[in-house]
Amino acid sequence: MNFVTRSIFELQETTLMTARAVGGLFKGPRYVSETITQMDVIGVGSLTIILLTGFFTGGVMTLQTFPTLAFYGAQAQTGKLVAISLIRELGPVLCALMVCGRVGSAIAAELGSMTASQQIDAMRALGTDPIKKLVAPRLIALVVTLPLLTVVADLVGIGGGGIAATSLYGLSINAFVTSVRDGITADDIIGGVIKPICFAVIIASVACYKGLTTEGGTVGVGRSTTRAVVTASIVVIVTDFFLARALQYILGMPAN
Amino acid sequence: MSISPTQANLYPAEGEVSRNAAGSTFAEVDDSHRIVPAIEFRDVVLAFDERVILNQLSFKVMKGETKIILGGSGGGKSTIIKLVLGLLKPDEGRILVDGEDITDYNELQMMSVRKKIGMVFQEGALFDSLSVYDNVAYRLHEQGRREDEVEPEVRRMLRFVNLEDAIDKMPAELSGGMRRRVGIARALIGDPKIVLFDEPTAGLDPPTARTICELAMKLRDLEDVSSIFVTHEMNNLDYLCSEYAVVNEEGQVVFEREGERLCLTNSKVMMMLEGKIIFSGTDETLRKAADPYIQKFLRGH
Repeated sequence: MNFVTRSIFELQETTLMTARAVGGLFKGPRYVSETITQMDVIGVGSLTIILLTGFFTGGVMTLQTFPTLAFYGAQAQTGKLVAISLIRELGPVLCALMVCGRVGSAIAAELGSMTASQQIDAMRALGTDPIKKLVAPRLIALVVTLPLLTVVADLVGIGGGGIAATSLYGLSINAFVTSVRDGITADDIIGGVIKPICFAVIIASVACYKGLTTEGGTVGVGRSTTRAVVTASIVVIVTDFFLARALQYILGMPAN
Repeated sequence: MSISPTQANLYPAEGEVSRNAAGSTFAEVDDSHRIVPAIEFRDVVLAFDERVILNQLSFKVMKGETKIILGGSGGGKSTIIKLVLGLLKPDEGRILVDGEDITDYNELQMMSVRKKIGMVFQEGALFDSLSVYDNVAYRLHEQGRREDEVEPEVRRMLRFVNLEDAIDKMPAELSGGMRRRVGIARALIGDPKIVLFDEPTAGLDPPTARTICELAMKLRDLEDVSSIFVTHEMNNLDYLCSEYAVVNEEGQVVFEREGERLCLTNSKVMMMLEGKIIFSGTDETLRKAADPYIQKFLRGH
């Protein structure tokens, strides 16, 4: 199979697996405790890296943009620029990439080693559908937690930007907060939440598919993990472009 | 359970006395269901891309019978087990489990078939994140059974494999042989009437391998379980074909050699080479077979 055929085949199989996982939610058995465990592992477990990433990204945004804005006498707009950049773009994408690295790799490795040690076959032999038991809880957990993590990253990022602006450049905190409040709209926030939901579906689907299709023992597990992170990261970034364009039309954001 | 048209034509319906039995001296004993093979393969073909794994494979495993499948690595032995469980689908041919044609069953339909089958994997395939208790109880937990029903059943199964002491351990704390025995206990929960063994003694020391074979004999002779026992180890063949399990006067299970009483072991042997059956019969005829591959396999050189 050449690269194009294989990519189309994998896209088809990943979509079918995700559709089965979503379809399975309407029929029992439902693995509620498994889903809550995954939310804890994915959501609470990723909180530290998201806080750090968000804070320092907000800080560096201020660091890089304040001098340029000051050149045009628009330093009071720093808060607006930092907030819009974070909420619309950096928050969702950075969060997705961080979670993809941390959680996507863990999912692919876990399911991959289960496949390699025949635990998935054992599960099916014992009458359990692995899509329901393993894929659906991870998918739901990511869809619920990634938008929440993104909102946290946005808030902490704005906070980081504010601290950098006040402590390094002497901008008053009132000016920064006012600029943030004036700058962001409801559409920005809606767009900033829709994106992580889409990214969560991508990360969960790709990681679960790569894990469940692992071949070749422990070497195969490593290969699946790498492929899961690389594929999901690329798909997230490519999708981000098309999502941004689509949201401009749907939410009426300025397109020019 | 619905009976397929194929099954209805070939075998008497459940509970109905077969015509032969009705005419015999023992007509009052309704064992008509025993003529329905537990597992049947009809001209099964399976290929991955260009590579043919199974080529026109046909065989039957009768009720209470142990079918030992011998053959070198890569000969398609484990694939047979995956086909019975519906983990793989054949390209051609039909597969019947308990007279039910499962060839075209989807994943949902296969779930009900799998409830009748226990599967022992090569390395045990225990769930790493679950304790021995939770591994063995897995099937019952999935069925939503109450904990007070589950625990006695789990203990009974662990007693059967002599591992009740390990109930709270995690799989990582178990030796290879213990993992296989927990795998057997997990496969036997719910009392399936068909059990599939996929090289259960591979890589084990001879006494532990013997213990695994004894469990298979107990299932065959005392529990009336039909099984497929995939192996490439000749001592497994010796045990399963020459000994049988009986309960002595003290109520203990003992193993006697064939010939000590008027009893024949209900084991049949099938040998495979490159996806084809090259031998099917008893172990005595296998040992007399003139085929050079069989002789090389038996002697090891």
